[in-house]
Amino acid sequence: MSDITVGSTTITPVVNGEARSIRAGSTMGDLLRTLALDPKLVVVEHNRTILRDRTQYDALRLATGDTIEIVHFVGGG
Amino acid sequence: MTTLLGPARPAEGALDTPFIIAGREFRSRLLLGAGKYASNNAMVRAIDASGAEVVTVAVRRVNLDRTRDEGILYHLDPSRFFLLANTAGCYTAGDAVRYARLARAAGFNEWVKLEVIGDQETLLPDTVGLLDATRTLAAEGFKVMAYSNADLITALRLEDAGAVAVMPLASPIGSGLGLLDEYSIRTIKHRLSVPVIVDAGVGTASDACLTMEQGVDGILMNTALAAASDPVRMAAAMRSAVEAGRLAYLAGRMPRREVAVPSSPTEGLIE
Repeated sequence: MSDITVGSTTITPVVNGEARSIRAGSTMGDLLRTLALDPKLVVVEHNRTILRDRTQYDALRLATGDTIEIVHFVGGG
Repeated sequence: MTTLLGPARPAEGALDTPFIIAGREFRSRLLLGAGKYASNNAMVRAIDASGAEVVTVAVRRVNLDRTRDEGILYHLDPSRFFLLANTAGCYTAGDAVRYARLARAAGFNEWVKLEVIGDQETLLPDTVGLLDATRTLAAEGFKVMAYSNADLITALRLEDAGAVAVMPLASPIGSGLGLLDEYSIRTIKHRLSVPVIVDAGVGTASDACLTMEQGVDGILMNTALAAASDPVRMAAAMRSAVEAGRLAYLAGRMPRREVAVPSSPTEGLIE
């Protein structure tokens, strides 16, 4: 994702393998809302740690370089 | 012929014994994968027709661009089905453990169909990685159903490692080659205390029936339904085949003879 904003106005965590620019100070909850994802239907891993408590999403501030995996269940045998 | 296994004894008046894994009773011995259907609608109708309770699902990245709506929870009601997450696509114990933990965090249950694949062409299991991951996950409280080669020693080791069920293959995943090694499957069932559920390779109803006639506790299949011309009819066929094979096993088949034996009286024939 291209982004020409500089300074502290945005951060670029890596979400599902792609760098994504979001507003500085965003939390995991903000990210999921930006992506329009229902927290009940996904599982989130932050820097290889699974976030098992969804109530903590809004307390977790993200930073540039954070690695975030957002997964869900799909059909499979 | 000396056979390995006498049939389990159903309770008085019952046709079958309960199907129990790790203390939980399941209503159908047919378990289904939810992958590769032409449409979600076809999948749901096939699963309904099969009578299956356990449906396997895979853990994958959410498509953030939303070009596809592939989340299974939009289509399968988790209150109606027992969602069994798999670790398909994992080639190391570490990856499989990571996927299992992610699946558990979804909050449905602590069960996992553990796959650690050793080879891309055959998708045959990596025995060493499988044992390693089984030990790790069992120690973390997972109920591990381990997808395995049809090898007795591997199956015994998996049971020792804490697997709640062992799932030997009939033939490679998606191959539809049917049951390649009846003897190994029978031997595994004979020697293990935990349930044995054959997973992968069944192609059509006769394969399922023959597999159940070996005495195994259940069958998990996916492609046999998803790739059938009519998945709903094949689902109904598999439901019947699994039940028929199970009952035939419990009933105990007649001995094979190489000569005919008349079924009608040989006396009282008119001159």
